[in-house]
Amino acid sequence: MVLKAFFPTCCASADSGLLVGRWVPEQSSAVVLAVVHFPFIPIQVKELLAQVQQASRVGMAVLGTWCHRQQEPEESLGHFLEGLGTIFSHEPWLQLCRERGSKFWSCKAIHRQVSAAPDVPSEDQVMLIFYDQRKVLLSQLHPPTVVSDHQDGDTMASTGGLAVVFDTVARSEVLFCSDQYDEGPVRLSHWQSEGVEASVLVELAKRASGPVCLLLACLLSLISAASGCRLWKLWPLPFIRSKLSTCEQLRHRLDHLTLVFSTQKAQSPAQLMRKANMLVSVLLDVALGLMLLSWLHSSNRIGQLADALVPVADHVAEELQHLLQWLMGAPAGLKMNRALDQVLGRFFLYHIHLWISYIHLMSPFIERILWHVGLSACLGLTVALSILSDIIALLTFHIYCFYVYGARLYCLKIYGLSSLWRLFRGKKWNVLRQRVDSCSYNLDQLFIGTLLFTILVFLLPTTALYYLVFTLLRLLVVTVQGLIHLLVDLVNTLPLYSLGLRLCRPYRLAAGVKFRVLEHEVGRPLRLLMQINPLPYSRVVHTYRLPSCGCHPKHSWGSLCRKLFFGELIYPWRQGGDKQD
Amino acid sequence: MEDERTFSDICGGRLALQRRYYSPFCREFCLNCPRLSLRSLTAVTCTVWLAAYGLFTLWENSMILSAAISITLLGLLGYLHFVKIDQETLLIIDSLGIQMTSSYASGKESTTFIEMGKVKDVVINEAIYMQKVIYYLCILLKDPVEPHMISQVVPVFQSAKPRLDCLIEVYRSCQEILAHQKATSTSP
Repeated sequence: MVLKAFFPTCCASADSGLLVGRWVPEQSSAVVLAVVHFPFIPIQVKELLAQVQQASRVGMAVLGTWCHRQQEPEESLGHFLEGLGTIFSHEPWLQLCRERGSKFWSCKAIHRQVSAAPDVPSEDQVMLIFYDQRKVLLSQLHPPTVVSDHQDGDTMASTGGLAVVFDTVARSEVLFCSDQYDEGPVRLSHWQSEGVEASVLVELAKRASGPVCLLLACLLSLISAASGCRLWKLWPLPFIRSKLSTCEQLRHRLDHLTLVFSTQKAQSPAQLMRKANMLVSVLLDVALGLMLLSWLHSSNRIGQLADALVPVADHVAEELQHLLQWLMGAPAGLKMNRALDQVLGRFFLYHIHLWISYIHLMSPFIERILWHVGLSACLGLTVALSILSDIIALLTFHIYCFYVYGARLYCLKIYGLSSLWRLFRGKKWNVLRQRVDSCSYNLDQLFIGTLLFTILVFLLPTTALYYLVFTLLRLLVVTVQGLIHLLVDLVNTLPLYSLGLRLCRPYRLAAGVKFRVLEHEVGRPLRLLMQINPLPYSRVVHTYRLPSCGCHPKHSWGSLCRKLFFGELIYPWRQGGDKQD
Repeated sequence: MEDERTFSDICGGRLALQRRYYSPFCREFCLNCPRLSLRSLTAVTCTVWLAAYGLFTLWENSMILSAAISITLLGLLGYLHFVKIDQETLLIIDSLGIQMTSSYASGKESTTFIEMGKVKDVVINEAIYMQKVIYYLCILLKDPVEPHMISQVVPVFQSAKPRLDCLIEVYRSCQEILAHQKATSTSP
């Protein structure tokens, strides 16, 4: 197999020395991590490697020699480097050499213990692969390979080719802690050798995060204790709470905040990313909410809104009255059953009359209510949107009532017709066996059944028309609410931190690697540049999507149409709680 | 070593195949598709603008004209950036893997790298495409649980769609490297 030497680009200009890294025998690849400079004492180098190996659980070794000829070629250095191979025995022994003024490197891999010819060291074909140590260290491969920390470094080599390289570099962070200004026994050259990379802000944030998290976790536990109080479990409150999307949204946000400010450390990078995503989502939400708040409270917009709201509600009621009057006549030239039409129409008209008086009773308080509701926008845009959705639901309560009456009536008719149709054919529904059985009816039964069937058939168009009109109105309201829910869901679930990371630091989220063949000369080893292939945006969103609060309508289009046809009630809210009932 | 030959794709268009042999164990095949021709571009633009002008004379709303211009520009940008592939490259490196790169006309590159450990074989397959039967080169991936099963088939040169004679050239070279890989990975 071709020998692959992974060489960090930051070491390309380093002085001559020893190559330190890991040898993966399964893939015959050598991952060079650092270069040890002269002068050194072999024992100290071995001690350092043993320390690193203990800390990182990666099998470290001296892989070979590195020779950077800046001056005239020195014969003595070459011999000296060859001699080092006998001190640090490694199989195969790499000899990397970069000549002055030439872009091409020479690389030899020497096997010393070949049984056939012990005197002559045999050579392998070598391929040089350059990698950016910093990027490989910081990047995170997707999908993440499961590597258990308890096992020794060598046993998890089976995880797959390049994942081993990434894993080796990520684990040997201990090796990169010392820079060239340290007074250590061994001088190393690696990506941090010019100075350890760190930021004052990050360190301060790390120090501050502990106490802040503790404080906020205490506050949040107080809030959740208050919300878990027995007073909230009295009869009508849980029912109302399950129907209001604001309560759902608040609970969802509370869960988010408790997870973000929990004092436990995130175990895996995925969990850390999730926490960061949640935090950014909450922050963005609150920022948008504050913008909305400042917009609402500037130049008396609340008053204008309140003044506009009552006429709009009035107008809707008036339009509904007109619609009902139209339905009570001859809508679209249809000839309805006059008596039933009048009864239904008057019933609904009385309902609207009640509704209008209710709105007028409320109108002096609406501005006050809206002002307080506007304050809730400081909890976040999503909360404000959920409140808007609830207000829409409350203000269109009459439409909902009409819909329910119409649907119930229609449903009754449909069921009556279906059972009478069975009677018509001499059959009946057997409840015990859950099937249709044949049955012999006597003459009176048949007569009454047929009479009822006829009456129901002739009354059906009137009811169906009312049902159709109010269902369409209801669907309009449900669509508006659904759009608001979609917007809330978008803010809730979008992984903004991951998307920002992908935009600004594309190498942090890696889908894999890509190779570029560097300039090549015959007789020299092939040189490849390994670059990080960033994760596509669609996969970032797919991988790091936050769980939604589950307010989705759970039925498909087919079942929706079926339910509409049979007059069963449809609700926009279908939460997880509903399934348990 | 580098050479270039011309082949034709399944519709009869010209394709240029560049072969670069960097070393015995690293080869690159580069298929250049024909560039966006001025004729088709002009035809499409003229059609859209004439249609817009016809609507404009009918309704006398100048919004239609500006909409037509923006639609043409956005469509062209989208086509160059997401649809039109100028070059497709297959890089095969012994004991490392196979890399497929497609460069779009706008300069965007999308790369997929498949590690050699996952590759089971490279084969030429037959497929029904529209109303004809075409050949395509594809990479068979191993199932991670059962090494003898195939988990996925990855087609190569998906947008260029070269004919069989071109595919055979690439296939032979790939098989040489794969055979070398198999021979060396089992012997030590």
